[in-house]
Amino acid sequence: MSTVTFRIFRFDPERDATGRYQDYQLALEPGITLLNCLNKIKWEQDATLTFRMSCGSAICGSCAMRVNGHSLLACKTQASPLVKDGVIQIDPLGNANIIRDLAVDLEPFWASIRKVKPWLMPDSADNPEKERLQTPEQYLKIDNSTTCIMCAACWSDCNALEVNKKFVGPAALAKAQRFIHDTRDAKRVERLEEISEANGVWNCTHCGECSTRCPTEAKPLGRIEEIREAAMAAGVHDNNGARHVLGFRETVGKRGLLDENYVPVRSVGFFNIPALLDLLPVGIRMFIRRKNPPVIPHSIEKVEEVRKIFSRFEELRKE
Amino acid sequence: MFSHDVLIVGSGLAGLRAALELVGSLDVAVMTKVYPSRSHSGAAQGGVAAALSNVDKEDSVEAHTFDTVKGGDYLGDQDAVEIMCSDAPHAIFEMEKFGCPFSRTDENKIAQRAFGGHSFPRACYAADRTGHALLHTLFEQSMKNGGKLHIYSEWYMLRLIVEDGVCRGVVAMDIKTGRMEVFHARTVLFATGGYGRAFKITSNAYANTGDGITAAYRAGIPLMDMEFVQYHPTGLYQHGILLSEAARGEGGYLLNADGERFMSKYAPKKMELGPRDIVSRSEQTEINEGRGTGPKKDYVLLDLRHLGREKILERLPQIYHLAKDFIGVDALTDPVPIQPTAHYSMGGIPADNDCQVYMDEKGNHVRGFFAAGECSCISVHGANRLGTNSLLDALVFGRRAGKKMLQATHDTPWSPVNEKRELDAARRDVHELLHTSAREDMNTIREELKTTMTNQVGVYRIGEEMEKANGKIKELQARFKDVRVDDKRENFNTNLIEALELSHMLEYSELIVAGALARKESRGAHARTDFPTRDDENFLAHTMAFKNKEGGYELRYKPVKITRFKPEERKY
Repeated sequence: MSTVTFRIFRFDPERDATGRYQDYQLALEPGITLLNCLNKIKWEQDATLTFRMSCGSAICGSCAMRVNGHSLLACKTQASPLVKDGVIQIDPLGNANIIRDLAVDLEPFWASIRKVKPWLMPDSADNPEKERLQTPEQYLKIDNSTTCIMCAACWSDCNALEVNKKFVGPAALAKAQRFIHDTRDAKRVERLEEISEANGVWNCTHCGECSTRCPTEAKPLGRIEEIREAAMAAGVHDNNGARHVLGFRETVGKRGLLDENYVPVRSVGFFNIPALLDLLPVGIRMFIRRKNPPVIPHSIEKVEEVRKIFSRFEELRKE
Repeated sequence: MFSHDVLIVGSGLAGLRAALELVGSLDVAVMTKVYPSRSHSGAAQGGVAAALSNVDKEDSVEAHTFDTVKGGDYLGDQDAVEIMCSDAPHAIFEMEKFGCPFSRTDENKIAQRAFGGHSFPRACYAADRTGHALLHTLFEQSMKNGGKLHIYSEWYMLRLIVEDGVCRGVVAMDIKTGRMEVFHARTVLFATGGYGRAFKITSNAYANTGDGITAAYRAGIPLMDMEFVQYHPTGLYQHGILLSEAARGEGGYLLNADGERFMSKYAPKKMELGPRDIVSRSEQTEINEGRGTGPKKDYVLLDLRHLGREKILERLPQIYHLAKDFIGVDALTDPVPIQPTAHYSMGGIPADNDCQVYMDEKGNHVRGFFAAGECSCISVHGANRLGTNSLLDALVFGRRAGKKMLQATHDTPWSPVNEKRELDAARRDVHELLHTSAREDMNTIREELKTTMTNQVGVYRIGEEMEKANGKIKELQARFKDVRVDDKRENFNTNLIEALELSHMLEYSELIVAGALARKESRGAHARTDFPTRDDENFLAHTMAFKNKEGGYELRYKPVKITRFKPEERKY
């Protein structure tokens, strides 16, 4: 058994001005999980160490925390592979205020879930005395998102949330996918419209951290892509995100290249004066640093071949 | 002081289902020491029973009722069992209407599979995370009613207030701040879950420390059938984490060290699909007789390999991941080490078929107090619960509790509560814990208790050993008076919560042992090697443990309700 240093973040806002790290030494038994290590530390060394836990079997989501900079569920993670140069560093979840040590305030997280109206809105004419029918394939479309345990690991490591606290976040979007793709829900288009608005599904920056950190099969990035596809297919185009996608498609289909003058304007809308004015400072900075794209866009060599591929793709998509 | 017409303590399936029945009509609050989505109902894996006949047309409510009565070794109250099984299809359709994502048959109906002790495939399921799917569905419905339903998350219930046979509310502590408050209510429902955490090897959450049942007992309410603690046959070796019975339902084998499917000796007709008590004992017998696997010969194997990759990953994904993450076994290529694990609490707060709590064995009620789900003992499970009947119990009786409370709350006036006295009492308990002479280590006491319960009050029981366990518990109770709580802070003091929880475990464990010692027979989960047969003449009765004034207990008995099915020998 090797002895390992657990470097654990400690902070009590009622007493401390700033957080600090405290080191604990623990000999790792073979096969021990991270949660069991933390419990050994709490029970044998320092009873004041505070963290959440409950089921111990990876289904309740209580023990999500950041280890070596990334979030995970402590109960289902073996400790020994986490050791780096003799140390395991443990921090509270990110994008959250700390209540004490590793326990964070989850209220903003729950509030984000509530924003997507996370309940089935069925057709009221359903027969109450029998189940509604759903094919196994239809069920499989919501299978992944329903594995979400709301541990907030994705929320913690979401880069889009870090810069925009209003972003609804990956867990809420995975939850939304579950209703948008549930054949028993009657408000699909309304849901798609709401979630396509600002700080919704188009604010994700595709970094993929949510899916990498997700301890279940919910994998929010995949669900976000499914919502976007559904929104485009349902013709929910009156928003920046959808216009951005359409702008991409138009310029690439035409010139084989992204027209960086056209797409931003297309995204916010050609006649949206306030938004266009918002873009102006970026344009000016780009100009000053000589990063601005050519005013008259050109096409790539062999653009005909790109167009061929593009039109073939469009045909396939329509089929 | 907070006031709500109805206070529900516990936010698992029973608590949330009851709340839904009441919301909109009354001012309802739900209190939980975790968050609703983190309740232990979510850990239930394999299914929820209902005779929908979606897979086998021959199934019926009557068959479900009989299987449950027989599975419970005739200790279940048959009128209650019949209610549960009759309400089952409705309960499932209702959850489907709320949006529960059930797995589907090729005919696009709710899928059903086989489970131990059930004579037909009647376990409705959502892969192998049925409890999770149901719990999150009810959580969604509670969010839908967000403006009307008040949820107090991370509040810890400290005391139940019962005075002159009338329940008036509880005292609780906000875990985040340490602030204590009286919650005044016209009616109170306890849906606080089971008490398996007193055992070393257990599938239960850390949270399952019997807070509700102990609070009721301390308030003068007897506890019923506490000796009946179910062992689940497939706990992950050393962790005790549950591997769903669905593994056996889908065709998994149990093997001993010789590679033999040993269930052929114990339940030749049902094999691995025998009920839990029988399969757990069969495993323990193999281990005790030297046919266990591993260097210490202390486990058996669950073999899924023959089911094939597709079936394992599609129908048993959680089992696959648990085995892989927790002990590094790939169930696709290797059998999984398992052992019996303390799993379900059949005993608890005695209640009638509408979840109204009894205050004695004669049928008198505590006014305004209700119990549902695992903390209750309506006795639908008798001496041994069949798999998939626990989620059903919580849904059916959660709803019934809600319906009854809707009426009862209107008929119940506000009873006065002495806020200062109740708060002082709660503060005194906490103060004593924080400022004792502080010699005893909490962890040591807890470990000794859990080891005692697993080793001496486990799958097999014997009078002599349980006498020793009884002595040990008394010793631990005495040592607990000097227990050390090192964390003196008020905000998020989990050290203090653990001490309060341990005090519960020490209190109810004594009653488990008392009931088990007095019950000189073997029935369901209660298997005594010194009294190996069932004794209907003397023990076709529910144990009721009353707290007496001296701080000890007194046992009395209440007859079992037999309606349609006369007790007969169980054979599988």
